[in-house]
Amino acid sequence: MEKKFFQTSIKDSLFTGLIALALFGPIVGLRTVAKNEVLEVHPKWFIVLIIVIVCAVGRFLTNLYVYNRDQKTGIQTSIGKSISNFLDTKGYQIALTAIIFSVIFPFLPFTDRYLMDIAIMMLTYIMLGWGLNIVIGLAGLLDLGYVAFYAVGAYSYALFAIHFGWSFWICLPIAGIFAAMFGVLLGFPVLRLRGDYLAIVTLAFGEMIRILLLNWYQLTKGPDGLTGIPRPSFFGLPFKSFPDEGEQTFHTFFGIEYDPMQRIIFLYYLILVLALITNLFTIKIRRLPIGRAWEALREDEIACKSLGVNPRNTKLTAFAIGAMFGGFAGSFFATRQAFISPESFTFIESAIIVAIVVLGGMGSQTGVVLATVFLIGLIEVFRDFESYRMIAFGGAMVLIMIFRPRGILATRKPTITLEKSSSK
Amino acid sequence: MLSISNVETFYGNIQALRGVNVKVNSGEIVSLIGSNGAGKSTLLMTISGVNKAATGEIKFDDKNIESLPPHDIVNLGISQVPEGRRIFSRLSVEDNLRLGASSNDKGKNFDNDVKDVYDLFPVLKDRLSQRGGTLSGGEQQMLAIGRALMAKPTMLLLDEPSLGIAPKLVNQIFAAIKNINKEKKVTIFLVEQNAKKALELADRGYVLVNGNVTLEGTGQDLLKNKDIQAAYLEGGGKK
Repeated sequence: MEKKFFQTSIKDSLFTGLIALALFGPIVGLRTVAKNEVLEVHPKWFIVLIIVIVCAVGRFLTNLYVYNRDQKTGIQTSIGKSISNFLDTKGYQIALTAIIFSVIFPFLPFTDRYLMDIAIMMLTYIMLGWGLNIVIGLAGLLDLGYVAFYAVGAYSYALFAIHFGWSFWICLPIAGIFAAMFGVLLGFPVLRLRGDYLAIVTLAFGEMIRILLLNWYQLTKGPDGLTGIPRPSFFGLPFKSFPDEGEQTFHTFFGIEYDPMQRIIFLYYLILVLALITNLFTIKIRRLPIGRAWEALREDEIACKSLGVNPRNTKLTAFAIGAMFGGFAGSFFATRQAFISPESFTFIESAIIVAIVVLGGMGSQTGVVLATVFLIGLIEVFRDFESYRMIAFGGAMVLIMIFRPRGILATRKPTITLEKSSSK
Repeated sequence: MLSISNVETFYGNIQALRGVNVKVNSGEIVSLIGSNGAGKSTLLMTISGVNKAATGEIKFDDKNIESLPPHDIVNLGISQVPEGRRIFSRLSVEDNLRLGASSNDKGKNFDNDVKDVYDLFPVLKDRLSQRGGTLSGGEQQMLAIGRALMAKPTMLLLDEPSLGIAPKLVNQIFAAIKNINKEKKVTIFLVEQNAKKALELADRGYVLVNGNVTLEGTGQDLLKNKDIQAAYLEGGGKK
């Protein structure tokens, strides 16, 4: 039996190599160069050969060490299993450690400006992931245009803050309400859609918002973006190095030296608190009728209807509340950057957030954190190797799909596991 | 209590119900039997509002309900146990029961109402924290019935409660249905392929063939009917 498995593995990896050749041969192997006004093809077969070998050997190794299930029990025997066990049983401890770590993070000796910036960015994505988890993980509505609400939140914060001079704490709920309204706006036409069709419409919605922001020049300044968005203040105390006459600032009030890090640390805690509120809200609402109705709707819409759950209201609240948290994250983004333009809200952002939710394990709150740290962290680590960043990103996804096909922390385990037939 | 007159229902261009007339009186158990594809489930779905009737009238307590959305119909007191149970398999048994109370004051009296369900199906109490999908078929059917009862209905629509369940459990479930009718005074409209069991239990019965009601009568009369015996009982003439 073992020998047979070995043979099929080799066959399978050779086949994978062939597919890789068919894919990468034309895409990578044939390079067109314009020379003397003539387009010439310069083949790069060596690189193709390396890619094909990597694919074939990689496939062979995954066959051997990942997919090599115990023939009798059907249980996976490999490195994947021990990772799985650890993550499945220690989810709570991981979460607690992560929260404690993130609270003391700004005061750790090795923490510098660069790390703080990355941490703030990660927390923003974590918050977006948690917000989208309400829509995708709980209500089961695949939303590929989530960045639209992020954008609506950012722009409504920016416009209110610039034109009316309102403080962050007033604009934040307004931005949330605006985003929620857009959530309902998107929700209405897609009530009857599900699955792939829903995904397509939400994707289009995300693009519509971006294009609207790009072209409504009078309001949004189009591609120029909005500048001079007010920074948040510490409960009315601004972070300024040179206060105006008679003005109280953060450092004069507390009688300490001015340090630009103070504002960064404040921003860090701000997004940490916002993200934790999102998480707490989701955990709580799962125990309430509305949260339960979301999960039931994800499971079976007809059963929901026959039990008297109103699917329209249930879906709309899921869209609205998910969008609201996207809006909050958007306002934070605007106040942190002090400059926003439609360029920050492209489809790739939506894709990253969806990837975070899906790879984290749909519905799992801790999974979102792990996926964010993994994906965003990876992108950052590869920042110095610009052109390899996307390869690393794709590679990370492939690895997660191999080792954790239901997400890093799958909250839903299959109720039955098929046994691999031993009659071969 | 419930009167269905000349109801026609379509799936796209396919007509599933061709002018169905059915009456259910308060306190009765009424069974509807018929083979696969006769339109039994469609009729139940049309009553509960998940499918809409193209023509015809459905009256519940003298109120027209054919154009109401499903959740309003549940609030009027008609609960449905859908075909194939449709348990929320990844949610806990407790969550399943709580969802049944969605329309009933948002489950304010959950602790009280759920006791009635435990009396009927004690096994559910031991399984509260288990996922719905891990229950056996019979237990899932009990959960589905219990879930529907959480809405405190005056009328219960049951769609094939014996489907895919061990014979021993089928008896238990039919006993429970009788109990719900007699003790809790809930009117029952039962749709079944298991014609013998359904007619034995029923006060009255209807036979549905190709979207038409072809026969009606008391349960006992229908059991004795030669055509029914041939078609639906004892594996007679047709398969």
